[in-house]
Amino acid sequence: MDKMNLNNSYKAVVIGGSAGSFQGMVKILSQLPKGFPLPIIMVLHRLKHVRHGFVEALSLKSIVPVTEPNDKEQIKKGGVYLAPANYHMSVELGNNFALSTEEMVNNSRPAIDITLSTCAYVYKDKLIGILLSGANRDGAVGMKHINERGGLTIVQDPAECMIETMPKAALAITKIDQVLKVDQIVEFFKDLDKQYR
Amino acid sequence: MQDIDIADLKRIAELIHQKHNYDFRNYAMSSFKRRVLRIIELKNLTVDGLLKKLTEAPSFINEFLDELTVNVTEMFRDPGFWRIMRQEIIPAILLNHKQFKIWHAGCSSGEEVLSMAIMLKEMGIWQDVQLFATDLDTNILERAKAATYSIKNMELNEKNHIRFQGTSSIKNYYKEENGMAVFNKDLLANVTFRKHDLVLGDVFNKFDLILCRNVMIYFNQTLQNEVLKKFHEGLFKYGYLAIGSKESLIWCDYANRFIVVNNEEKIYKKIKD
Repeated sequence: MDKMNLNNSYKAVVIGGSAGSFQGMVKILSQLPKGFPLPIIMVLHRLKHVRHGFVEALSLKSIVPVTEPNDKEQIKKGGVYLAPANYHMSVELGNNFALSTEEMVNNSRPAIDITLSTCAYVYKDKLIGILLSGANRDGAVGMKHINERGGLTIVQDPAECMIETMPKAALAITKIDQVLKVDQIVEFFKDLDKQYR
Repeated sequence: MQDIDIADLKRIAELIHQKHNYDFRNYAMSSFKRRVLRIIELKNLTVDGLLKKLTEAPSFINEFLDELTVNVTEMFRDPGFWRIMRQEIIPAILLNHKQFKIWHAGCSSGEEVLSMAIMLKEMGIWQDVQLFATDLDTNILERAKAATYSIKNMELNEKNHIRFQGTSSIKNYYKEENGMAVFNKDLLANVTFRKHDLVLGDVFNKFDLILCRNVMIYFNQTLQNEVLKKFHEGLFKYGYLAIGSKESLIWCDYANRFIVVNNEEKIYKKIKD
C-alpha cells in the first residue's frame, strides 16, 4: 500500500456497502483503534421491513456500540452510526443527521448515494469515503461527489469483493485514491488514528 | 444532476412564502434541496426558470407542492405500531371516552387513515370514532379520498396487515379494477379530509389521538418545536401523539409536557396542559 499523506484534519468517515460487505464491515469495526476520534457513518443495504437485528449483529464484535440515529440527532466524535431500515439518512450542515422516507434511489432506501453526497457537501475535503462490496451501482455517484469536494476516496479491492459491481462502478466514474483489501482498511484506520494522538 | 446552493433554496422559500403563503423556510435543508432539484429536473427548469414560474404562473404552486411533499407511504406501516394501537392505546382512550376523535396530520395518499379505519372496524368501534385526515397538498387529498391504490403496492400492504394480525384478509376491503385496488368507500364514512397547513395553520379541533408519522422529519428543529406546541394544544389532557419510529421530540420545549408511552414505536402521552 502506498503511504498516504494522512493528517488530522478529517471530520468524518462514511462507509457504504451492500451484498458481501457485512463480514468486512464487522472486521473493520472489531479492529477499530480504541478511542477512534472520528464519527463513522455507515449506510449498508438491508431489508426494508426488518427494523431489528442488523445493528445488534454489527455491534456484537464492534469496539464501539453501533447506533441507528434518530432524526436530527447530533453527530458525535467517535460515534458509530448505521442508517436505519427504510429511511434515507442525510447529514446536515449543523452536523446532525436528517432522515427521510423519500422515494427509493437506485432501488434502495437507505441509498448510499444520498448519505455519501450529503456528507461530501457538509464535510468537503475533511471527509473519507469508503465503498465496499455490493451488487448494484449505488454509491458510485456519492463517491464522485466526495472526490469533487476534495475528500479522500477508498474502495474495497474488487479482487477481494464477494460482488465487485459496486466498487467497480465507482472506479469507472471517478478518481479513487486507494483500492484496499479489508485488512488494509483496518491498517488504514490505525494509521489515521495515530494522526490524532 | 445539477446542484443548487443554499442562497437559491432560501430565495425559493422566501418567494413562496411571500407570494403563495406557504412556509418552507424551516424545512430540513437536505431533503428540501433534493425535492427542489427533483422538481427542476422533472419540469426541465433552471433555478431562475423555477423562480419565474412560481412568480408568474399562479397555478404552478399546486404542481410544485405535489412534487415537493413526500408521498411515499404504505398501509399498516410498522405492523408492531398498529398492534400497540389495537392492544394498548385505543383501549386506554376508550376508558375515558366512548366516542373520540383522531387526527392524521400530513395524511398523504391516505394509507394510514385507511389502515386506522380498517383496524377500528375490526375492533367493532368504527362508528364511535371520528377521523380527520389533513394535508397541505390538495392533489394528494383527492387521491386519499379515492382510496384507490396500485395493485402492485398491495403485496406489501397485505404483508403488513398479516404481520399486524388483522382479523380478516385485507382483500375483503377492496375490489380489483384495471390494475387498481379500489377500497370500499364505507370505510371512509367517518373520515373528514381537509386541507391544512401544519406550519401556518391553526389547531382546528381537540383530539384523543394525533398521528404525525414521518412528517416532521422534513422540518428543522425550530419548526418541529413549533409544531409540537400545536399538537399539545390539539390534544386533550392524557391524549396520545404518535410520531415516526426514528423521530424524537426530546429536545423540544414542550417535551416535558408529554411522557413516553412506547419508546420503540414513539408513542407519547400529554400529561400537562
